[in-house]
Amino acid sequence: MSEKVLMKGNEAIGEAALRADCKCFFGYPITPQTEISAYMAKKMPTMGRVFLQAESEIAAIHMIYGAAGTGVRCMTSSSSPGISLKAEGISYIAGAELPCVIINIVRGGPGLGGIQPAQSDYFQATKGGAHGDFHMPVFAPSSIQEMVDLIQEAFDVADQYRTPVMIMGDGMLGQMMEPVEFKESVSTRQLPEKTWAANGRNGRVNHNVINSLFLKSEALEEHNIHLQKKFDAITENETKYELMNTDNADLILVAYGTTARICKNVIKLAKAQGINLGLIRPITLWPYPAAAFDATIGNTKFGYLAVEMSMGQMVEDVRLSVEGRKPVHFYGRSGGMIPAPEDILNKVMEIVGGNK
Amino acid sequence: MENNREILFKPTSGLLDVPTHYCPGCTHGVIHRLIGEVMEELDIVDKTIGVAPVGCSVLAYDYFACDMFEAAHGRAPAVATGIKRANPDKIVFTYQGDGDLAAIGTAEAVHVAARGEKIVTIFVNNCIYGMTGGQMAPTTLPGQKTETSPYGRDVATQGYPIRFSEMVAQLDGSYYIERVSVDKVAGVAKTKKAIKKAFQNAIDGKGYNLVEVLSICPTNWGLNTEESLGWLRENMIPYYPLGVKKDLSKEEAK
Amino acid sequence: MPKVVFREERCKSCGQCVIACPVKIIGFTDHLNEKGYRPAGIPAELMEKCIGCTSCGRMCPDLVITVYK
Repeated sequence: MSEKVLMKGNEAIGEAALRADCKCFFGYPITPQTEISAYMAKKMPTMGRVFLQAESEIAAIHMIYGAAGTGVRCMTSSSSPGISLKAEGISYIAGAELPCVIINIVRGGPGLGGIQPAQSDYFQATKGGAHGDFHMPVFAPSSIQEMVDLIQEAFDVADQYRTPVMIMGDGMLGQMMEPVEFKESVSTRQLPEKTWAANGRNGRVNHNVINSLFLKSEALEEHNIHLQKKFDAITENETKYELMNTDNADLILVAYGTTARICKNVIKLAKAQGINLGLIRPITLWPYPAAAFDATIGNTKFGYLAVEMSMGQMVEDVRLSVEGRKPVHFYGRSGGMIPAPEDILNKVMEIVGGNK
Repeated sequence: MENNREILFKPTSGLLDVPTHYCPGCTHGVIHRLIGEVMEELDIVDKTIGVAPVGCSVLAYDYFACDMFEAAHGRAPAVATGIKRANPDKIVFTYQGDGDLAAIGTAEAVHVAARGEKIVTIFVNNCIYGMTGGQMAPTTLPGQKTETSPYGRDVATQGYPIRFSEMVAQLDGSYYIERVSVDKVAGVAKTKKAIKKAFQNAIDGKGYNLVEVLSICPTNWGLNTEESLGWLRENMIPYYPLGVKKDLSKEEAK
Repeated sequence: MPKVVFREERCKSCGQCVIACPVKIIGFTDHLNEKGYRPAGIPAELMEKCIGCTSCGRMCPDLVITVYK
C-alpha cells in the first residue's frame, strides 16, 4: 500500500531508478538536472550501490558502457549540451547492444543556449542520437507520476531488447513538485538472462567481448540487419501514445511532455468557444506513433496542429505520419518561452477560422 | 613427442592462440604476452576484464583470453571505472597507446589516477600514432619526423612531449607508477615484473597502477627491428627515464 | 640439451629472437611460410649450443617459440 509523496521531478527520477534496481549512477552536474546526481549521491551509498560523479559527461557515458557491459543496471542523466557530448558513447552502447537508461532534462539551445525548458532535442533523440544506423527508444512523460512509471518501464525495455533507452523531460518537469506514488513493479516481461555480459569468464568456455567494431563489410551489414530487426520489434511492441477527444475533432493538437499538459487546457478553452479540439500525445517519441494518425485521419476537419517548445522538430514526424492526407500546422516557442494556452488557442482560431 | 621433457618456456594460456595483425617486430605482441603470462601465473584469467583502446591494439579484444571490452578512443579508463565499480571483486585493466591515453583520453587517464581506481593501465608509448599511419603523438620527441611533423617536431608550434608517468605520479590517488622498456631481454624481464606487481596490487585492492612501456614501431619509424630497438635506446630512454615514479607499497611497508 | 621449437606458420621474420639469442644460433631458414615470411629457426647442428636461457621466447611477439629443457 504505497502513499503519495510530494517530490521534485529530478528527485523522483532518482527514486524511481533506485526502485527499478538501478545499481550504478554516473553523472555530471548541468542545469537543470543536477539534483538527480545530488539525490543519487545521498541515497546510493546508504544502499550499497554505486554513485560516481564523473569528470565529464563523456566519461560518464563510458562508465555506463563499462557497467552495462558487465550486465549491471545503470543510469546517467544530463541536459542537452551534455547529451551532445554523450553522442559517441550512445552510438557505442547501441552498437554493442548494451542496456542502460539515459535521462535528458532538455534546456534551450543551440550551443550553451539557456537553462529554461525546451523541446529542441527531439531530432537528436529520435533520429538515432549519434552516428550510424540506430534508434533508441525515447519516452516523453508529461507528469512526474508518468516519469516515475516510465523509468521502471525503461529499465525493462532496455534489458529486454539490449538497448539504451532515453527518458526525455524538460526543465519544467525536472524542477516542479507534484504528488507521486511509487507503485510496486508489476512487469509481465520475461527478461532474458545476460549471458553476453563480460563480467569475468568464471569458467565459461569462451570469453565474452563487448564490442561494436566489425571490420568486414559482410559482418557489419549482418550486424546492422540484426539491429534493424530489433528496432522493428520495438516499434511493433513498445509504441505508446494517448488520444484525447479525437472522435470528431475540428482540429487535433499533437504535443508531448509539458506542452501536452498545456494543450489539455487549450482543449477546455476551445470547447468554451465551441471548437472541438482533440489531442494526440505521443508517449514514445521513438518509435513515433504513426498509428495514432491513421486512427484519427478521418476524424479531423482541419488536420493537425503540432505544438512544441522548439522551432519545429516533431512536426516533421507528424507530416511523415500524415502523408499529405490532411493539413499539418505548427505552433512553437523557443528560448524557454512556455507557450500560453491563450496563444495556442489564437493559433487554433487562425486555422479553424471563423467557419465553425 | 616432447611429452617427457620439461618445458622452460611456452606460449601462455593468458592469450588466445591466434595469429595477430601486428607488424613484424612490433612489441605489442611482447607486451600482450607478458600480460597473458602474468594473468596465468596469478591465476586470474577467469576474473579479469580487459579494456582495449582504439589504435593498433584495437583488436586486442580478440587476443586476450579474459573477458574483454572494446572502448571508444581515449575512454578506456572511464569504461574500466564503470566495470570495476560495478564489479569490485574483478581485476580490471586498460591497455592504451599514446593517442588513446595522452591525447584524446588525457582527462580520463588523469582522473582514473586521481580517483585511485583499483585497476591497472598498461600504457604503450612508441612516440607515434601507428594505426592511422604515423602521425605525431603527444609523446613524439622534439625534432622527430612524422606524417604531421614532416620537418621534425617543432616545439615552438607543436609543443613539447608529455612525460605521463611523472605527471600522474604527482596525484595522491596514484599507487604504483613505473616506466619500463622492452628493448632488450633484461628490459622485458623488468617489464613483466612491473606488470605482475601492478596486477598483484589490483588483486590486493590497491590502486591506481600504471606501467608505461617504451615500445618500438618499426613500420612508422621506417626502421627494421634492430634499428628500432637502437632508436628507442638512444632517443626515447634519455627523454623518458626508466624507473619507479611512485610506489606507495614502499610507504606502507615502513 | 635444450631444444627450441618454432611454429613456423606464426613467424613474421621480425628477427627479435635472432637479436636476443646470446649464443647467436638463431637464423632465418631458407624457405617461406604461408604468409610469405622466412621463419626463424636453429640449424640442427647448432641446437647443441643452446643454453636454454629462453631469451628467444621472451622477445618473440608472436607465440612462435617453445623451449624444452
